[in-house]
Amino acid sequence: MRLLTHNMLSCNIKGVSNGFPLRLEAEKWVEKEVELNADFLRGIFPKIEWKALAGAARAIGYDALPDEADASMLDSDDFLSHFHHALLELHVEEGTLVCPETGRRFPINKGIPNMLLHEDEV
Amino acid sequence: MWYLCVFYHRLLDYRRPEVESLAELFGAFGAAGEGEGGPPPRSLEWRLPENHHIDSPFHFVSLPSEEIARNIAKRSILVKGMYELWGQGSSYEELEKAIRDFPDERKLPYLTSESTFRIIVDSFGKGRVDLRNPDHKFYLMETDNYGSNNGLPPIVQRAVFFGREVGAADRKLLPTYQLKSRKYLGPTAMDAEVAFLMANQGLAQPGKLVYDPFVGTGSILVAAAHFGAMTMYNLPMPISLLRADNNLPPWHPGLREVFDAIICDPPYGVRAGGRKSGGRKLLKGIVGPYTVPEEKRTDHIPSTAPYSLVECMHDLLDLSAKMLVMGGRLVFFYPVVREDGFTNAEFPEHPCFTLVASSEQILSLRYSRNLLTMVKTGPYTEEIAEAARKKHLEFKENHLKWLEDGNLRSAVFSPAHPQISLSGNSKFDRDSKPKYRGKYV
Repeated sequence: MRLLTHNMLSCNIKGVSNGFPLRLEAEKWVEKEVELNADFLRGIFPKIEWKALAGAARAIGYDALPDEADASMLDSDDFLSHFHHALLELHVEEGTLVCPETGRRFPINKGIPNMLLHEDEV
Repeated sequence: MWYLCVFYHRLLDYRRPEVESLAELFGAFGAAGEGEGGPPPRSLEWRLPENHHIDSPFHFVSLPSEEIARNIAKRSILVKGMYELWGQGSSYEELEKAIRDFPDERKLPYLTSESTFRIIVDSFGKGRVDLRNPDHKFYLMETDNYGSNNGLPPIVQRAVFFGREVGAADRKLLPTYQLKSRKYLGPTAMDAEVAFLMANQGLAQPGKLVYDPFVGTGSILVAAAHFGAMTMYNLPMPISLLRADNNLPPWHPGLREVFDAIICDPPYGVRAGGRKSGGRKLLKGIVGPYTVPEEKRTDHIPSTAPYSLVECMHDLLDLSAKMLVMGGRLVFFYPVVREDGFTNAEFPEHPCFTLVASSEQILSLRYSRNLLTMVKTGPYTEEIAEAARKKHLEFKENHLKWLEDGNLRSAVFSPAHPQISLSGNSKFDRDSKPKYRGKYV
């Protein structure tokens, strides 16, 4: 699971109103190099919840992201490469996503988060 | 400028829409219509050679430049070749006259003594010939009535075309991606040719984000990834894989307009049916709500209930309306039951979407699948979101009713009832339904 995915997910158990962002508890993660596509990064930036991304990156030991970010920073190559690394090159292989409201734990196995709900949650 | 566009004699109903989509992709309509609420998608101008049936491989299409014509042809799956037409006629004498009359300034740049050329089918002209790597390829193409005509109506008049090749489809990528050369395969994996067509309809290209909510073994995304899209497969690695329920998608509520295309083959229940969270007995009301015991929660596999086609379509359209960027494309297969050899197709509709293409492929006497291409032309408003929420609850409350309506599997597999009986071959007379037959190819 890339942090881009983490940034898009929330807990959707019936009745939960603050299911975002999910707290990331990573047990195993890897880095995989991907070619940087600046247009893609600039396009996706407005859709990113920055605090959630910076928090998730910190949870796996990457703290090069600033606490706050705005679109003007996209002109900096340094910023772009850190953003790119956090968003697309860090992969959580094993771990858990925890709902901030209910504490429900969604497992991540072999890099794939399982967001399926139980019978009593739909 | 008019080009002769010669198609492969396959997937007839998919051919023009593919060229239209690629024309959009390569900017034939000017700057891409990505602006908020831009004008509705435009289309190309087409002509058929005289006396040719719409399913003929020979079409004329008007394109703004040779470069666009070349790009379209190279990226396409179904364009055998795009040609600058130098002449045509119903006999070689007529053809020769036509070629002589074709202005020299258009011909001479390709006939210099330094350049190499090759004429396919017939030899014509003079100069150095290099059959393997010619600078220019000339094609001589002929149609005549030799008896069989691939299911098309008989040819009224012989036609001979001569033209310079501008570009042609790269079908070599099909064997590379064919299903039989994959390590892992599912029962409903999408065949590579159709997957590439779907990726073209979705305008997959580098830097675009493509999503398939019914990913299965991922064949559709592999095709999109080949064209460079950041699919939730960045060939070889997808951006993301996820286990979730399309009925209750886990996207965070504020998330809007992130995907450039959604390309999928929804489970419509003929070969494989969809399932959604919730439990069959629970939704039927046979058992009451219950709690999964704490100690069993970790590896619990939740029970599922059948996911009806109507509900699946509703969820897909709602999700797409919300998650696609303006001008983004939704490309998916939609099944249609055929009665008596005819379809009376009613396709799903949504206020945010404009249908730009539908291509039918007949799978049996009973049903066909239609590749629908829709463009998001309207914003996802609060009213639309509210209507979708109500509909979602209505599906949940009337689970059984929706399941019984539109059960496609029984329509496809139940024994023939009198109206659909196959008695009398005359009903399937070629000439009376040429279009229908064509869609089998």
